[in-house]
Amino acid sequence: MKSEISYAQKLSQFQLQTEPDPYRPIEELFKCQIWNLDAITLPMLNGWYVHDRQPLTRLDNGVVYGSLRAAMQQYPDIIQKCHEAFLQTEKDELTTLNESQYTDGIFLYIPDEVKMKDPFQIISIINSQDDLLVQNRHVIYVGQGAEMSLIQCDDSVRFGHTFLNVVTEVFLSERAQLHYYKTENKEKESQLFNHLYVHQQGYTHFHSNIVTFNAGYIRNNIIVNLSEPFADAQLYGLYLVDKSQQCDNHIKVHHRATDCTSKQLYKGIMDDEAMAGFHGHVVVHPDAQRTAAFQTNRNILLTDKARVNTTPFLEIYADDVQCSHGATVGQLDDEALFYLRSRGISEHNARKLLMFAFANEIVKFVEIEALQDRLGDMVQRRLNGELTICDQCMLSDADNRDFVFPIDPSKI
Amino acid sequence: MLKIENLHVSIKGREILKGVDLQINAGEVHAIMGPNGTGKSTLASVIAGKEGYEVTEGRIVYKGKDLLGMSIEDRAREGIFIGFQYPVEIPGVSIANFMRTALNEIREYRGLDPLNGAQFLRLMNEKQKVVELTDKLSNRSVNEGFSGGEKKRNEIFQMAMLEPTLSILDETDSGLDIDALRIVANGVNHLKTPDNATIVITHYQRLLDYIVPDVVHVLFDGKIVKTGTKELALELEKRGYDWIKDEYESAK
Repeated sequence: MKSEISYAQKLSQFQLQTEPDPYRPIEELFKCQIWNLDAITLPMLNGWYVHDRQPLTRLDNGVVYGSLRAAMQQYPDIIQKCHEAFLQTEKDELTTLNESQYTDGIFLYIPDEVKMKDPFQIISIINSQDDLLVQNRHVIYVGQGAEMSLIQCDDSVRFGHTFLNVVTEVFLSERAQLHYYKTENKEKESQLFNHLYVHQQGYTHFHSNIVTFNAGYIRNNIIVNLSEPFADAQLYGLYLVDKSQQCDNHIKVHHRATDCTSKQLYKGIMDDEAMAGFHGHVVVHPDAQRTAAFQTNRNILLTDKARVNTTPFLEIYADDVQCSHGATVGQLDDEALFYLRSRGISEHNARKLLMFAFANEIVKFVEIEALQDRLGDMVQRRLNGELTICDQCMLSDADNRDFVFPIDPSKI
Repeated sequence: MLKIENLHVSIKGREILKGVDLQINAGEVHAIMGPNGTGKSTLASVIAGKEGYEVTEGRIVYKGKDLLGMSIEDRAREGIFIGFQYPVEIPGVSIANFMRTALNEIREYRGLDPLNGAQFLRLMNEKQKVVELTDKLSNRSVNEGFSGGEKKRNEIFQMAMLEPTLSILDETDSGLDIDALRIVANGVNHLKTPDNATIVITHYQRLLDYIVPDVVHVLFDGKIVKTGTKELALELEKRGYDWIKDEYESAK
């Protein structure tokens, strides 16, 4: 990426917070509004894990979670194992920068055969007067046959300029399952770079679902290594952007072994001068026979000035494979609009129904019911122009600035 | 209730309807028959307000109002319902959400309070029985993955939900097996009242064994060329459309 050359220069205006804030319960700053969600919360504030003199927690079933910085002293072998899994993987400039500069992050260890009922939820909050640079690194290790869900939320409390550069390394041991959900609702002055590296051993299942509601600039990179036979990755994404917001999703899936499957389904609605990018890249390595890989990207543009760059891309070096890719950029179905209106529904509401249906297809893949309900509700309010970045969460400390991002259905 | 006068309609400059006159009164069932390509579906589409149809002459008066000046949704709110020949599939929009939105918009238009969730579900359960839809419809997407018969039953279900004043069933019998045909026809008969009217557009007499029309019209070459009683339908079944064609040609 040519534009990344300027990062070093660009980053010089931001400051890294070199120490955590004095402890205060995260509830004073942030309260998650996903009702009925019993999650183990992993709060981060200005780039640091928030805890009251207990950086690591160990549950009875052997699960360990907490500060990566503390885990490096106590569990260096596990962290090393995760890290080494990606030694051969290509990394961009920002990942390299993160490696040398990260302050803290989440460490999460699930022992073999442990099936977590409740999800974990990483909540990353920014609350600073400075133009903050946040470099976080999360390490997630899921043991053989273990299962877990992880929800990662990026939210802002203060509306300052921030630059977030977050690297998450996931290691899935044989037969492990991880459901990974991410919601992004950031103010327009923020720049958020997420790099998710996933290493999958045999018979593993990885599911990701990334929903972007509001963004200044957001870049979600996902790199998946399907390194042993019968690994499966399902990657879903939804972006609803307007004004001058920009959201890019870059995905690279390496099929390195036989009999692996991968699927990508990303959808987006762009209003005003918003821009989005989808770059899906599947590499089927020479010995990865009987690969099945599918990519789809669908977009709705509401204005002439909204833009999307979509490049689904397959690179295949094996001969016994089943692959497909496709991208669409368009508008709503006129026949469906007519049908809805012929039953008495106004054009405005008919468009809204169809847009919600378009977007909600992604939300339907969320397997945690409480989260699916809440995300569905948020998508609906986002399309109604009712979802502002400060009412998603009850932010007791938020500025009362008026941010409204309506996607205007009448423009389709 | 409905009065069509000298209606001329073109699609992309080609004239399809060439002066249709038709009057429908409350409590009546009319059948419009005719060979393929004579303008039957065009007539239904024009009444529905579909785009791409240019009315070059004539008018349609519905309940004393100029129908052609109304938006698509206002026609529905005024009580017009079209049972489509090819209902579209709308993935992701549940039938419940669709019907609730439609019903409440119609109620709002008529100055009525919206139905709450419980009232709405009760109504759905009740109306499902009209077309013998037993499985849970509410969470299914509109027509998605429905068989031909299910789509047509879903049309009649919507008709039952919206309780229209004037229903136009466009080739509702096409693609139906005999059981589905009976169910659809029973549904239509069940919904008949002295205050509403139905237009059945069909190619075959078969459906008219079940939905007995008061008046039968034959549409040919963009005009209604013959009007009669239900016996006319039986005659058409026996003799086909050729004699109509001959009569029409020689009259010219």
